[in-house]
Amino acid sequence: MASISFAPSLQRHVGVESCEAAGATVRDALEAVFAQNARLRSYLLDDTGAVRKHVVIFLDGESIRDREALSDPVSADGEIFVMQALSGG
Amino acid sequence: MSDRFFVGTRKGLFSFERRSGGWKQAGVSFLGIQVPMLLPDSRDGRLHAAVEHGHFGIKVHRSGDGGGSWDELDAPVYPEKPEDAPEVLDPGRQVPVPWSLEKVWSLEPGGPDQPGRLWCGTIPGGLFRSDDGGDSWELVRRLWDRPERGKWAGGGYDYPGIHSICVDPRDSNCVAVGVSCGGVWRTEDGGETWEQGAHGMAYDFMPADQGGADPDAQDPHRMVQCRSAPDHFWVQHHCAIYRSSDGARSWREIENVQPSGFGFAVAVHPEDPDTAWVVPAKKDEFRYPVDGRFLVNRTRDGGKTWEALTVGLPDPPAYDLVFRHALDLSPDGTRLVMGSTTGSLWVSENQGDSWELVTTHLPPVYCIRIG
Repeated sequence: MASISFAPSLQRHVGVESCEAAGATVRDALEAVFAQNARLRSYLLDDTGAVRKHVVIFLDGESIRDREALSDPVSADGEIFVMQALSGG
Repeated sequence: MSDRFFVGTRKGLFSFERRSGGWKQAGVSFLGIQVPMLLPDSRDGRLHAAVEHGHFGIKVHRSGDGGGSWDELDAPVYPEKPEDAPEVLDPGRQVPVPWSLEKVWSLEPGGPDQPGRLWCGTIPGGLFRSDDGGDSWELVRRLWDRPERGKWAGGGYDYPGIHSICVDPRDSNCVAVGVSCGGVWRTEDGGETWEQGAHGMAYDFMPADQGGADPDAQDPHRMVQCRSAPDHFWVQHHCAIYRSSDGARSWREIENVQPSGFGFAVAVHPEDPDTAWVVPAKKDEFRYPVDGRFLVNRTRDGGKTWEALTVGLPDPPAYDLVFRHALDLSPDGTRLVMGSTTGSLWVSENQGDSWELVTTHLPPVYCIRIG
């Protein structure tokens, strides 16, 4: 399964921990995490389901291409890292 | 009268209490995070705070102990845009107005006959209603779906927003909201039907026959209603100060206000609709005290004449700006609390005749609520 981890600032606000998440796409993997932590959704995604302007999601070291539908495919050993952008403070 | 008020700032929520040595900071919450809007609800004693994370969006928190501890609630969430709903474009930039919360810009309670009723005004222009004290919110589609929303533009932000919500003390179903830039919208049935009310407002830099007086495009910065004479409203508009005496259905410009008719905040005395306060600034894009002289203007005759109140305020030059929600008046009309973009905070116990400086070292002040 893919692994997903979060910057310390997110951990501070919403009590999320690194975990494994099953999913063919970044969207699927995040939804699996939201199923366990519903409050996290609004910290990462806006009301349309797109990634918030000042949040960055990395997949295997590169930022994801599809910030609207989060359709980037995730491999079995993919690594997802979610953090705040340097802007937006 | 409660000897406490709350200050929402760029970097946290601060409470102040009056003690033997004067007003002192009593508590702090959400340090480091923007708090653009607050509501101390006198009906149940609970305090609501909108907390705006620069990265992680807007959250709403509620406290039952005056800010000592908080519960995070679900913020208002825009529903998914139905496929058959028309795409509303920002009139200036021609980009779609998103069905997504950008800012909580006003929070007000319903009437005493509506326990649990709260109203929330937002950017990009939606009005939300709760009937369970903020546990859940619903977008008021009857206003959001008005076709005139296609003429609403952003006023200082990318998209339009509802910054003022006035619930009629005589009838809780009568509500007027101020929209920058979308005029004034009124309902008499709790939000089922709405009418534009900004008739008479106009921009001074655009000809009236080219849209300068179009009510749907107006920019009232802030709107307040007189509690004891609820047909009387005051608006600090982008271009001038306006009054209504017919329930926000039409407006008359208050002319020749010196040193400027521009500003953001306005307050009206709860028992006297002819007494009001504004904080003037050099107009349009400048927005600093005229000639560096920071003052509060007060009228007691409905705007015919104004007194410049300066006792206890800084000598020139001073460049404080008071945002639209950063001036509050106590329910008995005697105490004013005011905060500025330079982090200064003042209290007046005599309707503005004199001011006590409480601090000059807050982060920029966004919102003040006495409660």
